This record gives sequence, structure tokens and C-alpha cells, in this order.
Amino acid sequence: MKPRIVSLGDSAVLVQLGDDIDLTVNQCVHTLANLIKTSAINGIIETVPAYATLLVHYDLFTLSFTQINRILREKLAQIRESESRKPRLVEVPVMYGGELGPDLETVASHLGLRIEDVIRIHSEKIYTVYMMGFTPGYPYMGKLDDALVMPRLETPRTRVPAGTVAIAGSQTGIYSIESPGGWNLIGWTPLKLFDPNSDSPFLFAPGDEVKFVEDES
Amino acid sequence: MSLEIIELSGLATIQDSGRTGWRRFGVPSSGPMDAFAFHAANKLAGNASSCAAIEIGLGDITLRAKRDCVVAVAGVGYGLSIYVWDFPLWSSYYVRAGWTIRLNKLDSGMWVYLAIAGGVQTQPVLDSVSTNLRGRFGGLDGRQLQAGDLLKSGTPSHSLNELAARTLPESARPIYSDNPVVDFIMGPQEKYFTDESIATFMSQEYSVSTTSDRMGYRLEGAALKHRSKAELISEGMTMGAIQVPSNGQPIVMMADSPTTGGYPKIGTVASADLPLLVQCVPNKSKIRFRETTVANAQKKYRELMSGLDRIVEE
Repeated sequence: MKPRIVSLGDSAVLVQLGDDIDLTVNQCVHTLANLIKTSAINGIIETVPAYATLLVHYDLFTLSFTQINRILREKLAQIRESESRKPRLVEVPVMYGGELGPDLETVASHLGLRIEDVIRIHSEKIYTVYMMGFTPGYPYMGKLDDALVMPRLETPRTRVPAGTVAIAGSQTGIYSIESPGGWNLIGWTPLKLFDPNSDSPFLFAPGDEVKFVEDES
Repeated sequence: MSLEIIELSGLATIQDSGRTGWRRFGVPSSGPMDAFAFHAANKLAGNASSCAAIEIGLGDITLRAKRDCVVAVAGVGYGLSIYVWDFPLWSSYYVRAGWTIRLNKLDSGMWVYLAIAGGVQTQPVLDSVSTNLRGRFGGLDGRQLQAGDLLKSGTPSHSLNELAARTLPESARPIYSDNPVVDFIMGPQEKYFTDESIATFMSQEYSVSTTSDRMGYRLEGAALKHRSKAELISEGMTMGAIQVPSNGQPIVMMADSPTTGGYPKIGTVASADLPLLVQCVPNKSKIRFRETTVANAQKKYRELMSGLDRIVEE
């Protein structure tokens, strides 16, 4: 689809680059976010990349909608696939199943797979952090192999521990802080996804690549 | 200089103007619910707009000044007494060491801001001292304030005598009401709703549900109908965005709302009218929504905030 720039209120605009979960579209979102970041445009406060959109928060004392629209049109014209970024690869050790992955068996039986197949398929692929949201540091990653597509839980849990690895639909994620959650919990990583007092508070950034590694210890 | 919390039955948190630069990592902006009242309190106390103040809602608070200080209070829904006297809000006051400052909740309005000359001092986390309750960081140990807490303040910008007895005239403030008309900007997903639902949203009264909080205000009123699906792939959103889940009851995103969401947004509340909406009382206020343009909303917000320059010495 042709990119669209629409208002979300009087101090943000949404740049729509597509309307589904697609890696190529998402790469364009991250490229656009980087273009805006490196240009340090006066009046642009920050951007939020998502699957197919980039939300741009701007200062209405500095920029009008016409001005932000023109700036973003210019940046959109600079997106070229040849300039695709070299993403960082983050390896994530996971202890699958057990107390901290209580849905692994249900997932396997629902999908008609053996537990070891679920683990193998989940840890085989390199995923992309399409976006972050929900809670600080939570990565929405995809796409899962079609064999692992699961519905969300009918009744979300009220308390999921930080570090829990989960799947839902064609996505996989990791709970970054203790929070409610409706995804299927299949494992746990000891890595800290969010540490507000650290010099590098977030394990992931939008656009990163992620590989799960089974930790059998 | 410092303030000690003596009694607290409400929700009190430390907030500055909000946390920016971290939303792409999923960190909400936090900051004040009523940005106008927050900035007014800071400005009355002679503080920079980035200084931190105390936001109080849902109940009462009593504080004691450990040293002579100047405090300024702005917001809606509270009665203020200092030592033995009752005072109006939207003003700054000289408070002697040992005196108590009491804010008691009234029927109308929701949130009030107490700024101290020099600003509340605490350790910034991710470039801001705003409290993020869900993530448990910012403010004072990432939690709501409680009795016994001691709040330190910085150095006032002027002498206390110069900063005391200043007021923001009523004509410079938003027109708060139990029955506000709230401007909103249509979209981006207005096409997800039937024409009748768009008309309903702009003609019917909505009230605020008691389940509302700093993350979102749930509205109750005529249900809005989606043309087909009530979900989209998640995208960024902002305070004031009006999401409508499948039950048709709109939810307005507030200061602590998640940075992204996956329900269609019928519109976003104009920045200038967010103070009117956040001060609406659950099961009491009746809200009407009126469409505006981005240009008009921006103009209205710039005009509203320029009202902060009209502080007068008493």
C-alpha cells in the first residue's frame, strides 16, 4: 500500500506503511525511525515503531500538522531497501517447560506435536523484534512457524513472572516485568529484559534479531 | 527544606512533566493527569516546568512543613487549609516550619497538584522522576506516597517572600465542569465504525466508570458499533486516544497507558480539553464529545498554556 500520514490527535501523527504483520514492511518502519532519529529534527519528540506503523510524537508549539507532514514525506522518500540496517542478534537462553513454562504440554497436545518438536521449532528460527509495548521492555517477535500458531488463553492469568517466554498467534514474546498475561507460557529465561536503574535498561530494541537457545541445565 | 506526609487516604505520586524518549521501548510517558494544573502549580511556585510536584487524587492528604517554604496548589476537587486557615487553590502560600497543609477531597473534580518552591527532589529514572506504578520505578522507590514519607525540595528560584501570594486568575484557567464538552480529533480508525456510531459518539452523553485510573478512563454510554472487526494490529498511541474494544464502550488512554494498543481508535481528545476530561468524576460527570480540527486544537492548546503567563501578585 501507499504510505499514509494521519493524525492521532493534535501532537502525534501515525505513518502507516502497511496493514498487516510483514517483515519487509516492518523493516521499513525501523528504517524510517532511524532516519528520523539521525536527523534530530527540531520539534520531533520521539517515535514509536510498531508492526506496520510509526507513531511520531511532536511538539505542537514548534510544528504544525502541515510542517510535520512535509518533513515525514521527505523522510519517506529516503527509505530505500538497499539501505536496510544490519540488525543486532540477541541470544536468549530458555528453560522450556516446567513450572515456569506451564502451558508447554497443552501447546504440544493442542498442536499435535511432541514437546521436543515444539521446543525445536520455537528455537530454530531467528525472530525479529517487530515492536515493543505492553510493558516496559516487552518485545513482540515474529513470525512463528505456522506449526506453532496458538490462540490466546480464554482467561488471561493475573500474574506472569518476568522472563516468561510465551506464544500467541504468529508471535512470540517475553514478559519483561511481572504482569497479567493472556499468552501461552512455554518457558523462562534468566535474562533481565528491563532494569530501570541500569546503564542499558533494555535487553532488546525494536528491530533486533533474536535467537532462542534451549538451556537444559 | 522538606515536607513530611502526616496522613494520606488518597493516591499521591511524584510526577514531573513526563518521561519522553523511551516510548519505543514500551515505557509510558506517565506525568500529570491534568497537565494544565500541574504546570500552573509549578509556575506559581516559581519552578521550571520540568520540576516535580505531588499529584493527589481519590482521597485526602495532610503534610507538615519541616522548614519555612512556599507551596502552590492547583487543580479541581479539593479544599485547601494551611495551619488554621482555609485558602483557595491556584495560588502560592508561605508556609512556616511546623505548619500543616491539608487537602481534602470534595465532590467535583479529581486531581490536584502541590508544588513546592524548588521542586520535589528525587532520583530520576530513565530521565524523569515521574512515578510509574506498574513498572515500579521513578518517584519515590516506584511506589505511591505514604504517611511518614519525607519529600526533599530543591533551591527556590526567588526568595520565599517573592514567591508567596501569587495567584492564577480564574479567567486564565480551563473552564472545568461536571458537564464538559470535550473536543476531539477524528480518527485514525473512524472507518472501523458505522456512520450511526460516529453520530452517536458526538451526540450522546458519556459518563466515567468507577474502574477508571491513571492508565485509562472507561466511558459508559451508548455502545459504538464496529462495521466488522474490532481489532487491528497493534500500533502506537498517546494520552487522549479513544480506543473502542468489541463491547463498544470507549476507553480514553491516560498518563500511564501502554504505549501501544490494538483496538480501533475513533479519535483522540484535544490536548486543551484533556484537563476537562481527567477531572470528570465517575458516575457523576456527563461528557459530550465535539469534533475539532488539528489546527484548531493546536491553537486552543497554545492559547490555554499562554494563560500560565497571567499569574498576578496579590
